Amino acid sequence: MTVASTLVPLQAVVFALVAIGAPLVVLTRDPLRQALVNGIYGVTLVCLFVVLQAPDPALSMLVVSAVAYPLVILAAVARVRGERRRPKETRDE
Amino acid sequence: MALLAPALLGNGALLAWAIAGLPRFGDYRGPYGLVLNRIVVPLRHTTNVVMGTTFDVRGVDTMGEEFILYASVIGVTLLLRDESGARRVERRTWRLRADAVRLVGVVMVGGGLLVGLWLVAFGYITPGGGFPGGVVLSGAILVLYLVGSHCDYSPFRNQHVLDPLEAVGAGGYVVTGLAALVAGMPFLTNLFGFGRTGTLASGGSIGILNGAAGVAVTFAMLLLFAEFLETYVVPLEPEDVGS
Repeated sequence: MTVASTLVPLQAVVFALVAIGAPLVVLTRDPLRQALVNGIYGVTLVCLFVVLQAPDPALSMLVVSAVAYPLVILAAVARVRGERRRPKETRDE
Repeated sequence: MALLAPALLGNGALLAWAIAGLPRFGDYRGPYGLVLNRIVVPLRHTTNVVMGTTFDVRGVDTMGEEFILYASVIGVTLLLRDESGARRVERRTWRLRADAVRLVGVVMVGGGLLVGLWLVAFGYITPGGGFPGGVVLSGAILVLYLVGSHCDYSPFRNQHVLDPLEAVGAGGYVVTGLAALVAGMPFLTNLFGFGRTGTLASGGSIGILNGAAGVAVTFAMLLLFAEFLETYVVPLEPEDVGS
């Protein structure tokens, strides 16, 4: 089995993208925008797993960052926005 | 501030020391992966070594993982499901009017289902498997909600359908393990013939366990979506409906 023991340029670029993406997610304050930025950050992580020759974690990362995590965020955002818009006593009806 | 600076400096120094001591990039020291790479394909005939590992070599671990998901979905359901009927009023939400968006959405539903089924079915031959495949399948069904309406999605949030199917997926894994026990072998022993390498018939019980995991994950995610949608989707004000 051969394992690349040095960082090839492609891997270095993807590592850099991940390093840039992570603070961007933290620095985005609006939850809705953060869900989008996090999705893009997830794609850079998928690229990282692919260039490191790990397709199975790449697929898992893809489904978590594209389906599961945004849904939780968006559902929470919808709830918070909706409650801000509606008077409290008419909740649950 | 006077406290923060030395703390940051100290932590930074420790972090730098730890990073300096890491093995070189690409330096793999564990014998486990090397051994598996050598034995899984000849012994189990599954060309995706990862699946051969997760569903056979350490199949009990994967059963634990499946039940972690099962338990967390039960937790969400217990917290969010409202049996009092107060929320039973049919939620009315916007239906998308843009035909182009709906067309793209419908294509995404079909494409997503196809990719999901492929990931589950060929999980032990090419990268994929029941876990990512199940999430893709449920995600494709969720797109139906986005392009349709709350009403169109109603079959996929019916708890009387989802609950038993989820149980079938989670229980199917255990039953496959128990079948080996009944046959007088240790729990989760691979009972069936290993088939020809690189075909769908390879891997013996790996394929069955993979399918059970796929079913369990798909319906776990659908249950989760159903609970979230019931709880979080706020009905529109009457004047908003139909606009």
